[in-house]
Amino acid sequence: MPENVNGEVEVWDAVVVGAGPAGAAAALALAQAGRSVLMVERGPFPGSKNVYGGVIYARVLDEVLPQWWLEAPVQRWVTRRSTMIMTGHQAVTVDIRAQNWGEAPYNGMTAYRPDFDAWLAGKAVEAGAELITSTVATGLIRDDRGRVIGVHTDRPDGDLRARVVIACDGVNSFLAKEAGLLPAADSAHHTLGVKEVWSLPPEVIEERYALGPREGLDIEMLGCTRGIPGGGFLYTGHDTIALGVVVSVEGLAKAKVRPEELIADLRTHPAIAPALRGAELKEYAAHLIPEGGYRAMPKLATDGLLIAGDAAGMCLAAGLWLEGVNFAIGSGLAAGAAVSQAVWSNDFSAKGLASYRTSMEKSFVLADHKRMQDAPKFVLSERLHAQYTGLICDMAERIFTVTNPEPKPRMTALLRRTVKDHGVRWRDLAKDAALGGRIFR
Amino acid sequence: MNIDPNRPDQPARPPVVSFEDRMATVEFRVGERAHIVVDSDVCRSCTTQACVTACPANLFAQTSDGGILFNYEQCFECGTCYMVCNSEGALTWTYPDGGHGVVFRNG
Repeated sequence: MPENVNGEVEVWDAVVVGAGPAGAAAALALAQAGRSVLMVERGPFPGSKNVYGGVIYARVLDEVLPQWWLEAPVQRWVTRRSTMIMTGHQAVTVDIRAQNWGEAPYNGMTAYRPDFDAWLAGKAVEAGAELITSTVATGLIRDDRGRVIGVHTDRPDGDLRARVVIACDGVNSFLAKEAGLLPAADSAHHTLGVKEVWSLPPEVIEERYALGPREGLDIEMLGCTRGIPGGGFLYTGHDTIALGVVVSVEGLAKAKVRPEELIADLRTHPAIAPALRGAELKEYAAHLIPEGGYRAMPKLATDGLLIAGDAAGMCLAAGLWLEGVNFAIGSGLAAGAAVSQAVWSNDFSAKGLASYRTSMEKSFVLADHKRMQDAPKFVLSERLHAQYTGLICDMAERIFTVTNPEPKPRMTALLRRTVKDHGVRWRDLAKDAALGGRIFR
Repeated sequence: MNIDPNRPDQPARPPVVSFEDRMATVEFRVGERAHIVVDSDVCRSCTTQACVTACPANLFAQTSDGGILFNYEQCFECGTCYMVCNSEGALTWTYPDGGHGVVFRNG
């Protein structure tokens, strides 16, 4: 419980704004350490405002919630993962199956965020954290030296005092903006995800995608966004198929295309449409994603304030790897641990909270981002989307088109012709191949 | 709608969904206060009006006098509109009051 100061104002060790995966993890770490912590969630329940691209990799929970997989609200365990490069009428797919991923300790799971986030926040509450919902943190409270000492909320007499505020208030983080850590608007480093969830009976999904019960499929797609930097995704729930696109906000604005038209392209694509036959639309959703990576990441701490999760740009959008929830949880746990330590040393300044950043530099949270720091500009480059996807599909089609009675053309000749047909310059291709090689080495 | 997904006479594509039907799948607990306010006078001088096409909920419409009409009720609270807005002061964006706004179930 929060401490009474001078017999009047209650002061929490931490007030965590947002009960998504970052906030719930921060609260869980603090509660497990015996600190007083309050989560403030603006939705009617945790996860109610959240949308994502489909798969949670929860290895990061092993230490804090052993055998989490026995109770996490899982839709399916991903045992099949495909990367599909496509044009309007072609697709080249790399399809990976790993049955090990369908057994404990598991790898990726599909889940609905309203279920998963509510479950994780519930674990924090079980550990001793408190949660108030339907409450917006409307601004920061500062002392006369500018240090953050709490938040205003939209409840009557709703000011909350804390030794540290942890802003886990998502991609639009108004608190991080108010603190001057994030720019007011930054369309260059954000993508928009739009998603349709379609209902189908579980056995129909399993038959169409050759899956066992509880086994799931995750397809990541490139080349389905009319040349707008971005990509598509499809993943299976228990009795749903989620289909969506993620596109550069800048690119979308410039192209003057409506987002749902991009999903419609995907839904009617010959590689996707047959599996959706007879399905019924269950929900349509949209959310922004911070894709700027390490280079666009804000300062993570000021006096009395930490930011974690999407608010801190902790989303790895590195083409091969598309992960966010695990980074939110990882940063939340690190923030909770840092505040817990600061309570012990009674120093809540940016300096006293510095272990937040140093601990993440040693773990995957910042190490992966640092290693992949050039990935965002690569995976969102115009050439990759407007030229290379078509080049790869045409090349594959030409390799396997039998031209009898003409003899098979040489691969080098095919490649030269295909590169030329797509207006790609060898110099750019070599440069991009080298860059790609460097990023994913 | 009752659908047997294995019936051979089903079309090869999912049914076309109208925008109204699409938005009807989403739960909104509409608050009394408009959480996004548009200053149409500023919008009139905007050359792109990118919000009109980019908003996934299609909440922005051009008016006959070149301004922008905005409806806050079916907002996903995604933030795309203020990200693409290039006219300072045209959009004032806050979250809906606590407990109001969009409620996702399968997000």
